[in-house]
Amino acid sequence: MNDNGLNLLENLDYSVVQQCMHCGMCLPACPTYDATLLERSSPRGRIAMMRAIADGDLQASKVFAEEMYFCLGCLACQTACPAGVDYATLFENARAEVERQGLLNSPVRDFVRRWTLGWLFAKRSRLHRLGRSLRFFQRSGLQTLVRKSGLLRLMPWGLGALEPLTPEINERFTDQLYRQDLKKKNPSAAKYQVALLAGCIQDIAFAEVNADTICALQHNHCEVLLPEAQECCGSLHGHNGELDTAKRLARINIDAFNAEDLDAVIVNSGGCGSHIKHYEHLLADDAEYAERAKEWSRKVRDIHEFLVEIELRTPECKLPAQQVTYHESCHLKHGQKVSDAPREVLRAVPGLQLIELTEADWCCGSAGIYNITQPEMSMQLLDRKMSHVRATGAKIVATGNPGCAIQIAHGGQRADVPVQVVHPVSLLAAAYRAEKQGES
Amino acid sequence: MDNLALIKDLASFLREDQLLTSDEDLSVYAFDGTAMLHNRPACVVLPERGEEVAQILALCNKKAVPVVARGSGTGLAGGAVPSEGGVVLCLVRLNKIIELDAANLVMVCEPGVLTQKVADEALAAGLFYPPDPGSIKISTIGGNVANNSGGLRGLKYGVTRDYVMGLEVVLADGQILETGNKCVKDVAGFALKDLFIGSEGMLGVITKVILKLVPAPASKKTLLGLYDDMTQAAETVSAIIENKIIPCTLEFLDRTTIECVESYAKIGLPTDCEAVLLMEVDGHPAEVDEQAAQIEKIARQGGAREVRLAATVEEGLRLASARRTAFSALARLAPTVVLEDVTVPRSELARMVAYVQGVGERHQVKVGTFGHMGDGNLHPTFLCDERNKEEMARVEKAMEEVFSFAVELGGTITGEHGVGLAKKPFLPKQLGPVGMDVLKRVKIAFDPVGILNPGNMFD
Repeated sequence: MNDNGLNLLENLDYSVVQQCMHCGMCLPACPTYDATLLERSSPRGRIAMMRAIADGDLQASKVFAEEMYFCLGCLACQTACPAGVDYATLFENARAEVERQGLLNSPVRDFVRRWTLGWLFAKRSRLHRLGRSLRFFQRSGLQTLVRKSGLLRLMPWGLGALEPLTPEINERFTDQLYRQDLKKKNPSAAKYQVALLAGCIQDIAFAEVNADTICALQHNHCEVLLPEAQECCGSLHGHNGELDTAKRLARINIDAFNAEDLDAVIVNSGGCGSHIKHYEHLLADDAEYAERAKEWSRKVRDIHEFLVEIELRTPECKLPAQQVTYHESCHLKHGQKVSDAPREVLRAVPGLQLIELTEADWCCGSAGIYNITQPEMSMQLLDRKMSHVRATGAKIVATGNPGCAIQIAHGGQRADVPVQVVHPVSLLAAAYRAEKQGES
Repeated sequence: MDNLALIKDLASFLREDQLLTSDEDLSVYAFDGTAMLHNRPACVVLPERGEEVAQILALCNKKAVPVVARGSGTGLAGGAVPSEGGVVLCLVRLNKIIELDAANLVMVCEPGVLTQKVADEALAAGLFYPPDPGSIKISTIGGNVANNSGGLRGLKYGVTRDYVMGLEVVLADGQILETGNKCVKDVAGFALKDLFIGSEGMLGVITKVILKLVPAPASKKTLLGLYDDMTQAAETVSAIIENKIIPCTLEFLDRTTIECVESYAKIGLPTDCEAVLLMEVDGHPAEVDEQAAQIEKIARQGGAREVRLAATVEEGLRLASARRTAFSALARLAPTVVLEDVTVPRSELARMVAYVQGVGERHQVKVGTFGHMGDGNLHPTFLCDERNKEEMARVEKAMEEVFSFAVELGGTITGEHGVGLAKKPFLPKQLGPVGMDVLKRVKIAFDPVGILNPGNMFD
């Protein structure tokens, strides 16, 4: 039970539910409606069910619960909605209600949830420890052995199929890179002081993206801090019905960063960014943190957004001509409405030619842990994405979210489309580094 | 009605995924795009072929079970709400374009094809399907035909009816009627197809549509006129038409609507003026240039504070699609949005607009008005909260007065949304006893048992 024992949907400010006037404008934007043509699998249908539950006209059932997890949470409906419905809040509360009532409980699911959401992603140090073991596994030859052994097929809940989606773990994580090398490169007379949210997967599997982010900022008059006490942003928890843990993590980060003293809190992962920009709403009822959360939300910037805001410097170097296409992370585009800035960053890189991707903002099927929980729909979306990528002819796909990067890299192998997946800021950082090489 | 027996019979020829019966599913097919109206059906069926539609209707006719056909459920008069329960016949899976016949300028498609897709496929062949209701991105062509939908281009291009050449319709007893064809001229018998256009699912279920297409205009220009006074905007519209210019679009938005649309679309609409006119001309490039220049001049003479010309086709498109979101965008201001579509002869527009404003003030109801000024079709939109009973009573009063005044001016209570459940009480006032009697006789001729959308339009 939550604090007052009330149904979370009943408890939610009714105006949020009522904001939807069921015009249907969201339907064509919704990937699950597009695939099923079922009203139940549309944003409008999902909200209608939530409202019926809030009104006491419908029982929260297993069918409802499954529908809430069939939703990608891509938030394309929010972009499509002229009425300004806050679907993210509705969706998070609906999932939290599903968990509160234990509608989908099963021993395996409970175990996995407890282990991942409740333990692993609740503390960064644990993730680092696991990361190091995983790296040992990947490097030692054990991985090859396990793959050949067929052991993976024995794993419950289809988890074996996920193994190819496990990203390669970096040798050094972000804080190590920062302490040993990057910190020293902070400009002496910086114009802006910013701090970076390292993330979780980004931190251990894409530490170079964090390094590139720091590098790009440093080339634009920024002193970059990396607060040591920071934790996972909590989006994974928020989107999966663990709102209390999400709130706890938000408070830790607010304490760790002291956004009040910064020009910006920088985030380079679309999913994390979309979530941390909403700390303000998440902690609105927290007497102690509400004000600080507001200040935090005011300071958070996606890296592309920030670079464009401070008028990023075009790198002065010559690089070989290359074609790149841009896939929009759902939570960057729909969650944060950041769509032009990443393209501007790409256009600033000498030698890069940006080829527009058809349906660039249609979900790739990664959607947090959706590719784990709904593999079939996820792969259907990935195949659709890869067919568009193939049509561009570009050999590089740029995208601003680690989940998308893993998914599309997997899609490249799956659909035999040879592409390299990179973060836009990595291409920019490479160009800045090439300047120096030109000098020397 | 024995729901269990009905479902069992339907299950004998439909797959499990074509027959929805869970509470969750029933709750989401209980409504359409209309505020406040909802009622759960006994089940929802999703046929994939015309023959399945025929089987379903034959069964329901035998059992005297209500059948309410729907497409994407974006209707604005409650025409797809199963007010008496029964079966919701959802046609979205009948979504194939069967043929694009460029030699005859014709497209043949199933009813569940999205209107946007019809338009896109036509355009890919250099052709044009002009009707463009606000919900074009998600509305189905079958729903458009059944409601004779209008849109932003009515003034120059007409409405859905003007583009329907033929239909395949499943009658209430399951028989299949073909009416009309690809011929431009056809006077063999009564024009039965015209009875089904706008029939709101009460005479038969459309399973195939033969659409007329026209050559795509070579050029288009979009202008925006900003006014400090609503009457000046209305007068500009009259002046344009008096000057024998027929723009394809002449839309207006009042201040309330402009603010909402801008807050969603963020396309730089000015939020400090009383009215905006969105004007589009299309056709041969030379003609388009000349007309755009003339319109600009007329608008300035008419007192426009500023006239902007969209620099690119894309900018024009952005403006038009922003206008299409007006109805939903108004929901930003209030939880319940009651949208009407009274239409008056163009010469009476200024009076009607002023009257709507007055009604809002008199009854203390917030109203946003926008609409198709070129064809006299207005959308006074009442912004309210359905949980506030006292306020809803005032809205009801205000609506009644607006309808009465429209009829008084020689207009209609509904220009393009249909009667449905929402305007049913007001229909007799407009049609009179003879008109109502003929409607009912036509209904009985096609649907003697009364299974097709019962309770809709009239009792």
